[in-house]
Amino acid sequence: MTRISLRLNGTEVSGDVEPRTSLADFVREDQRLTGTHLGCEHGVCGACTVLIDGRPMRSCLMLAVSADRRDVRTVEGYGDDATMAAIRRFFTECHALQCGFCTPGMLATAYDIVKRLPRADRTRIRAELGGNLCRCTGYLGIIDAIDRALDHIHGVDRRVRKETS
Amino acid sequence: MKPASFAYARPSSLDEALSLLAENAGRARLLAGGQSLGPMLNLRLATPELVIDIGRLAELQRVETTDGVQLVGAGVCHADIEDGCVPDVARGLLQHVARGIAYRAVRNRGTIGGSLAHADPAADWPPVMIALGAEVDIASTRGRRRIKAAELVTGVLSTALEPDEMIEAIRIPRASSTLRWGHYKVSAKPGDFAESVAVIVIDGIGAGARGVLAGRSQVPLLLSETARAVAEMRGWPRDARAVVETALEADLGHHGVRAALSPEDRSIYLASVLRAAQEAVAA
Repeated sequence: MTRISLRLNGTEVSGDVEPRTSLADFVREDQRLTGTHLGCEHGVCGACTVLIDGRPMRSCLMLAVSADRRDVRTVEGYGDDATMAAIRRFFTECHALQCGFCTPGMLATAYDIVKRLPRADRTRIRAELGGNLCRCTGYLGIIDAIDRALDHIHGVDRRVRKETS
Repeated sequence: MKPASFAYARPSSLDEALSLLAENAGRARLLAGGQSLGPMLNLRLATPELVIDIGRLAELQRVETTDGVQLVGAGVCHADIEDGCVPDVARGLLQHVARGIAYRAVRNRGTIGGSLAHADPAADWPPVMIALGAEVDIASTRGRRRIKAAELVTGVLSTALEPDEMIEAIRIPRASSTLRWGHYKVSAKPGDFAESVAVIVIDGIGAGARGVLAGRSQVPLLLSETARAVAEMRGWPRDARAVVETALEADLGHHGVRAALSPEDRSIYLASVLRAAQEAVAA
């Protein structure tokens, strides 16, 4: 067992883990934060996506020992973050989830899109969502929600500057 | 699936990592971003006794421009290249390729050195580095050596790296201001593994024109005839498709892979090469 310490949703936590334990399993099994979902466990489905040092990453492909001394934010950890509050609201209004299994990963990816790509148009949003699978919604509600969150956070004048990539 | 048990080490310097690798050569795997090794561990396709985590080594994060060469540390992630943290010495090709690799969450972890060392035939960097004439700096406790990217990949998931060796950096020659390039990847959806990928760079006539083709089970192939034919084009002539197809057939024949090709592979190879050629000519 290896001792690790990391910042999880703003709180210092530590634990003893086997080297083979993924960050996702550490978060779910040891820290009892089961909002992070495991679908494929080989990096394809995106359900386990969390923010590590502010950037979205697959928690199924990161060893917990590799996350030692890093900053990890899961779906439980956004508190009253204004950007995530807007994304959540539009996910609800646009019916961007049904069973909810993919939602934690979708929210992490949506948060990254809204923060990193203020001018993203629907084509770009669609491309950026390529790494998150949803088997319920057909994606249109998710694209709508992120599009509206972008407008809400960055102002409607971003529409005239939307890129066409 | 969960990985089989392994021991773990996170050395704090490159020398320490190389010593660990030498002591455990053949029993250890290097872990950088883990976007290829991670799935292989989880699926138990890889069951190393020791995983050496080199993901935080500062020595592998170097980004330096010298003598017309851009040095990129092996540990630089695709997302940083996508975001322009590495000067794009190939007139936008590096950023274009980086942005097409898998998904942002993968690009935030996966590294250029890992992509080359893993040598998946469908990987994005090997054909591009070969086309750009890049070189690879290799380190071990025995010393340093430098080889061409074209000599690194020897087969499917196979490289010229010895068990105690590690890629330290990639050296990309600075292209001239007249470089034209085309790059096209055929995949089932954005970010998926390539069914076929073709890259053509034209930096002058003759040796300055290079084409590389790779695919899901096809290691990178140099397309000398095709690159020469495309470099000589003025615009996209009426018979361009036939010219490219004939040249590609010659290249595939030269490499001895033409006879064994399925009609499907032949079609998608031709599609990727045609689109890359069209892009290079129009650039």
